[in-house]
Amino acid sequence: MSTTTGVFTPKPGAAPLSRMIRAQALLETKMLLRNGEQLLLTVVIPTLLLVLFSAVDIVDTGSGKAVDFLAPGILALAVMSTAFTGQAIATGFERRYGVLKRLGASPLPRWALMTAKTCSVLVTEVLQIVLLTVVAFALGWSPHGNPVWVVLLLILGTAAFSGLGLLMAGTLKAEATLAAANLVFLLLLVGGGVIVPLEKFPGALQSVLELLPISALSDGLRDVLQHGRGLPLADLGILAVWTVLGLGAAARFFRWE
Amino acid sequence: MRSTSPGDVPRTPGREPAVEVTGLVKRYGSKTAVDGLDLTVARGTVTAVLGPNGAGKTTTVETCEGYRRADAGTVRVLGLDPVADAAALRPRIGVMLQSGGVYAGARAEEMLRHTASLHAHPVDVDVLIERLGLDSCGRTTYRRLSGGQQQRLALAMAVVGRPELVFLDEPTAGLDPQARRATWDLVRELRTDGVSVVLTTHFMDEAEQLADDVAIIDGGRVIAQGSPETLCKGGAENTLRFTGRPGLDLASLLKALPAGCAAAELTPGAYRVNGTIDPQLLATVTSWCAQNGVLPDRIAVERHTLEDVFLELTGKELRA
Repeated sequence: MSTTTGVFTPKPGAAPLSRMIRAQALLETKMLLRNGEQLLLTVVIPTLLLVLFSAVDIVDTGSGKAVDFLAPGILALAVMSTAFTGQAIATGFERRYGVLKRLGASPLPRWALMTAKTCSVLVTEVLQIVLLTVVAFALGWSPHGNPVWVVLLLILGTAAFSGLGLLMAGTLKAEATLAAANLVFLLLLVGGGVIVPLEKFPGALQSVLELLPISALSDGLRDVLQHGRGLPLADLGILAVWTVLGLGAAARFFRWE
Repeated sequence: MRSTSPGDVPRTPGREPAVEVTGLVKRYGSKTAVDGLDLTVARGTVTAVLGPNGAGKTTTVETCEGYRRADAGTVRVLGLDPVADAAALRPRIGVMLQSGGVYAGARAEEMLRHTASLHAHPVDVDVLIERLGLDSCGRTTYRRLSGGQQQRLALAMAVVGRPELVFLDEPTAGLDPQARRATWDLVRELRTDGVSVVLTTHFMDEAEQLADDVAIIDGGRVIAQGSPETLCKGGAENTLRFTGRPGLDLASLLKALPAGCAAAELTPGAYRVNGTIDPQLLATVTSWCAQNGVLPDRIAVERHTLEDVFLELTGKELRA
């Protein structure tokens, strides 16, 4: 054994968990905010839709100001764009490029990686919500209701969409995830009560669409924020079922390589 | 694969071999990638796992890293089971994958600093960046780095946590000579500092230059293991070649040489002597030439290389 210490003389050890998770969450958030396509999806599209559909009478949004109907839907869209579409695409490519594999050999445990990803999603959502709220107020939004229910809906919505996003990222090829996540985003944007009221759809279709996570989230947010109603139990229930199904399937089928 | 009960591990910390693989079998569907492989890596050494593509190098290394479960056999890394004891093992090893492992949008220095932050006592990142010549591309995103820069970043990430044992999967594949030398220097420094290194390669010179121990793998098994010198001594004899006047009397040369040597005129005027080529034998050949009035235009001693050993053992060229 040499007595001198070199640059590489072994001194292994994991950093404290809190430091690892913080560092990982920070890096994940930076990657997301640096990615132009992701920003288009999470910031530009929701903001544009909010402004455009509030200012121009394209879709009949019922009685009252258009922004009061649109703002809750756009908040739901923002959650979906980050927790589902953005997370699915990013994670799919991380898997494809061996990032998840390499992190798997680092001291960072898998659950800590997933925690960091969740933190990064939540931080992004907070930034989105702040921006969209400011824009909505500028457009004359007057929200009602109990903010606690709003936060509850947003968190459960995030969990449901994260499960579905990770399920997609962990089972499909990265290119397939990219295509499918964008397609689903578009379909749910149109058919999930975000900007088009579900009442516009035929009855049978409507009762199916109501069960989608995006419909439950936008409907729940609208019940509280537009109509000032109490705890949106049915919508929370639908989101809870999607959360259990999505996260359960993701935990079961996710492949790290 | 059975994991030992918690009471068994670790026996004497720091004393067990860096890697101890016994009878490892790994199948992918009907294909057997690793077929009863045994490998021991002593602490503080550099071991090169040498073999052609598809020989089972990466599968073996990735089983040691805990990525795959062995179908049969036992694998112990620093005395631990890489799958069952993964949480305890991961902070102690450094891993360089054959490719990838970095966010496409991450900057080189940013990714290295991040990896460092996952460890308790990391190497000074600035020192590492300078050592590996990454200073010019620290702010470049991974997708814009050259292949060689990507390789060196992956190497830096493998060693930044001051691990006891480093696995490098083809660390110099696709590198230019200068970058290759920087990588070799770093591996030598790792050994000097007491880090155990396992590297896979299909470059013979890399194994000869760097390794204390070479394990030649073919068809999922280790077919030879030893120091480069030992491996080169076994097998075929060494060769001395010289050129001179055509039609020399080789029978008289053979009489002058020690028993067991062979001599042949390959093409007119081109001669080959096989045997244990030592200074005495060289002197014998040159004095025989002098006696016969021959001035050899060219005289060369050819050492038996790992390349020759490999060819003899497997009947294959290494770089297929």
